[in-house]
Amino acid sequence: MSHVLEFTLLIAGGSFLAGLLGSLTGLGGGVIVVPLLTLVFHVDIRYAIGASLVSVIATSSGAAATYLREGYSNIRVGMFLEVATTFGAITGAFLTAHTPTAAIAIVFGVVLLYSAWTSVKPQKDSAKVEPPDPIATRLRLDSTYPTHDGQKAYHVRHVPAGFGLMYLAGVLSGLLGIGSGAVKVLAMDQAMRIPFKVSTTTSNFMIGVTAAASAGIYLHRGYLDPGLAMPVMLGVLAGAIVGARILPEAKVRTLRIVFGIAIAAVAIQMILKGIGGKL
Amino acid sequence: MAASPKIDEKKFEQWIGLQLRIGVLLAATIVLAAGIFYLKKYGGTAPDYHVYKSEPAELRQITGVFHSALSGHARGLIALGLLILIATPIARVAFSVVAFALERDWLYVVTTIIVLAVLLYSLTST
Repeated sequence: MSHVLEFTLLIAGGSFLAGLLGSLTGLGGGVIVVPLLTLVFHVDIRYAIGASLVSVIATSSGAAATYLREGYSNIRVGMFLEVATTFGAITGAFLTAHTPTAAIAIVFGVVLLYSAWTSVKPQKDSAKVEPPDPIATRLRLDSTYPTHDGQKAYHVRHVPAGFGLMYLAGVLSGLLGIGSGAVKVLAMDQAMRIPFKVSTTTSNFMIGVTAAASAGIYLHRGYLDPGLAMPVMLGVLAGAIVGARILPEAKVRTLRIVFGIAIAAVAIQMILKGIGGKL
Repeated sequence: MAASPKIDEKKFEQWIGLQLRIGVLLAATIVLAAGIFYLKKYGGTAPDYHVYKSEPAELRQITGVFHSALSGHARGLIALGLLILIATPIARVAFSVVAFALERDWLYVVTTIIVLAVLLYSLTST
């Protein structure tokens, strides 16, 4: 890569593909763009997570309007859990400065493996109606969501466990510069027993706010390089917009399996490079 | 507590969604325009992101970014676009404080103010 122009255009193209695939598979652009920048373009992982985090804010905020219109996302659940994710994000952003880059690469690889697994495994919405939970009732977290048979009510469960997992999701977001949507969905869907569609849309709505909490700290630490963040943000955003357009017609199931395997291979490479101290 | 009907909450959320989209669009436009300017100026130089050396002090502070952007520096202008992007979800949380206050849902007014405080702390701390 001899010139800034050539480098920028290549990064923009790669980021476009990352945003497209992140949107089609539900993995998000961040988990794809960081390995792309570090493994392919040999960018220092701190610059990579800074640029990735900025693109995460752009895609999450840009998509929020659509999700809010559909009426799935639960604003109170999102806002309450953002207390956990924003505190976590600040913790994670501070940890980044004191963690060796090799360790960051290894943690990244493990989170990537987990994300790949969640995108491949079949998603089922449990039809079981949960009994009300006293904490959730007091916090007014219970709500309804649209189904084929009209609005369906649901009860939110295990609030402390979900809150704890959300703190972890925030730490990972701040440490790795990703949205950590997979961990957010785990907290809501598995721990708090929130319907899957409500979990994924509320997660997306929370990602931008979580990322904004670490972005300030990244700025002060000098992880946000304008020359690098520019093509990454524009590329991922454009890719995510195109992805959302073609999503209804795409054969997502096959794509998820093929891509899940590819991502798992990248994750292992990240872990190995981390162990070998090559990042 | 719920003095206002649920329809208003939905409408307000949609309005917030629109505000987020405008914020992202504005940030992306500035970053794109400044990016073209940046490439015209520095497109022929050699990129160097392999070795981490942080950013110049000016681009690590909000006031410094504004100063650099106003002086017409390409990298400062891109950084200004990035700041607008970071401010977008923060503004969204601030609007939510208002939305919950209009509903007289004080528990969530307090919750949202905590989130807003964390965000502002991160952005302004040094």
